[in-house]
Amino acid sequence: MAEKKFEKGRMVPVPSHSIIPERDLGKTPILECTHLGIDFGGLKAVDDFTLTIGRTEIAGLIGPNGAGKTTVFNLLTKVYHPTRGTILLDGIDTAGKSTIQINRMGIARTFQNIRLFSNLSVEDNVKIGLHNQEKYSTLSAVLRLPAYWKKEKAAHEKALELLSIFDMQDMAGYKAGSLPYGAQRRLEIVRALATDPKLLLLDEPAAGMNPSETAELMENIAKIRDTFQIAILLIEHDMNLVMGICEGICVLNFGQIIAKGTAEDIQNDPQVIEAYLGKRKEAAPC
Amino acid sequence: MLRKFKSLKKTARTDFFTYLGVVVAFIVMFALQQAGALSSSVSSWLVPICCFIVMAVSLNLTVGILGELSLGHAGFMSVGAFSGVIAAMSLSEAIPFAPLRLALAILVGALFAALTGVVVGVPVLRLRGDYLAIVTLAFGQIIKDLINCLLVGYDSNGLHIIFNLSKLTIEDLHMDETGIAIIKGAQGATGIEKLATFPAGFILVMLTLVIVLNMVRSRTGRAVMAIRDNRIAAESVGINITKYKLIAFITSAALAGAAGALYGLNYGSLVSSRFDFNTSILVLVYVVLGGLGNIWGSIVAATVLYVLPEALREFQDYRMLAYAVVLILVMLATNNDRLKALLGRLLPRRKEEKDRG
Ligand SMILES: Nc1ncnc2c1ncn2[C@@H]1O[C@H](COP(=O)(O)OP(=O)(O)OP(=O)(O)O)[C@@H](O)[C@H]1O
Ligand SMILES: [Mg+2]
Repeated sequence: MAEKKFEKGRMVPVPSHSIIPERDLGKTPILECTHLGIDFGGLKAVDDFTLTIGRTEIAGLIGPNGAGKTTVFNLLTKVYHPTRGTILLDGIDTAGKSTIQINRMGIARTFQNIRLFSNLSVEDNVKIGLHNQEKYSTLSAVLRLPAYWKKEKAAHEKALELLSIFDMQDMAGYKAGSLPYGAQRRLEIVRALATDPKLLLLDEPAAGMNPSETAELMENIAKIRDTFQIAILLIEHDMNLVMGICEGICVLNFGQIIAKGTAEDIQNDPQVIEAYLGKRKEAAPC
Repeated sequence: MLRKFKSLKKTARTDFFTYLGVVVAFIVMFALQQAGALSSSVSSWLVPICCFIVMAVSLNLTVGILGELSLGHAGFMSVGAFSGVIAAMSLSEAIPFAPLRLALAILVGALFAALTGVVVGVPVLRLRGDYLAIVTLAFGQIIKDLINCLLVGYDSNGLHIIFNLSKLTIEDLHMDETGIAIIKGAQGATGIEKLATFPAGFILVMLTLVIVLNMVRSRTGRAVMAIRDNRIAAESVGINITKYKLIAFITSAALAGAAGALYGLNYGSLVSSRFDFNTSILVLVYVVLGGLGNIWGSIVAATVLYVLPEALREFQDYRMLAYAVVLILVMLATNNDRLKALLGRLLPRRKEEKDRG
């Protein structure tokens, strides 16, 4: 795989009042949301969500608990269908698509509350991610036709290669549910990557990890972007991680975007400090 | 050679021993039978045991691998049994060679059961939620009543079928002098030529194992188990949920149909009440006790639990009591974590998983 190291480059504005990395300018953005919104009964869980993400950008979505971050992921992957607004994925309108079609179009995700196939082995979890990559029919499986052997071998090799990103190839035979918490989160990322996405959504990837695990994860997220040349949008409460690797950051509060910009912009935004960072400072015992 | 065997994945080794066990058991029993060492009653168990092994393994595909509860597996067996009997009896002149006729009858039984599986599965498995249990429960009852209304006969003009809602009799088929009655309403099928043999049962068991095990250890099986373990995650990696649910359910129905055809052709007469709710539950008990998702467990459980009540005929009254107790335990276990852990330690499948990691 061609690896090209991206620097955290200059961010430039695009017409949707978002910013994307300068290097991605002139190419179709991977994601363009305009005025996206969803109501649950009377609650506007997400409203007027407008965001553009560049093709090789690492973007962050932050905000206090209950701000609507996970709901944005569920809208992007059509777990919920938006009440308002449009989503363009690689320039294509995703209206009316199903979760399955969205994955095939290029969005893969992880879950805040881990959702592994916990009775199956680590390797099988990744192979399930390869479901639409290494295809053969049920008939060739039952009759063990050459297609079965060829594709199974390819899937096995690919699965181990993907697991090696996180140095997990030795765990291939373990039951996924028996892994430690941090390894389960990493396995979810590997499984998502196996579907060959153009945009990877990570919902609190560092949750429950210790500082050294988090630091390693940060490196690996950057490495994944560099290796696969994809865009990553991540939700995270760990500010070191977000400020460290995210190029564009979007802050959500009560379902509304209250700020968009680089780490510096966000850290100096009075609204953000009040809604989010300020509250954290108050809460922290000095 | 030995090292190569050791390097095989654990599942591959388990599968190898499953096949080996079945082959050895067959050779031993067949040799004993040929030598005349088996009593006639033990001999008469051999084919039904094969049928119930196929039933249990196929139901395990739906309940253990796919994770959907089916309470009407005997319904598919009955569809297979009656369509198989009709096929065998109407082909008796065209195909005098009995084994070929039996094979065709089994194929017909599997085909009709698969079609029924489509009719039951397509509307239900598209829904989210556990509707399959209720619908298959109803299906098992309805199919029994439908077969009770059938009048089927065969003569030189071909097959005559009446769906009898009034008080018609077999005479109303108006067959010519070559006619034979195949199904006489609630009286069921009579005058069946016993085509089923133990080797045929063995072959059917082996075919079932090849189909189910090869499917489970493949892309298809992984997709099915992914749906079982976490439907939302399965969708998120682009797995077509309905398609793989249907593949598993219809395969399961087809195999039950094949087992039914073999079963039907093992007796001189057959009534649809033989495939009632109790039979469905009986097979479910085999699957649960053998271990959900554990194929060799189903084989062992089906064999032991078939033989046990037969061998203890005088205590048979207590059999249903035992099922009731087991079912209550199972219900408790699936809703109670402590009991689940306890049962997990008893069930072979869980133990094996714990070894793995
Ligand atoms: N299916 C639903 N039905 C009704 N309300 C919902 C639903 N899903 C989310 N909500 C509500 O929408 C709001 C946003 O929830 P969401 O899970 O997106 O928050 P979040 O930003 O991910 O928070 P956290 O940081 O705690 O994960 C919450 O008030 C939540 O209760
Ligand atoms: Mg969330």
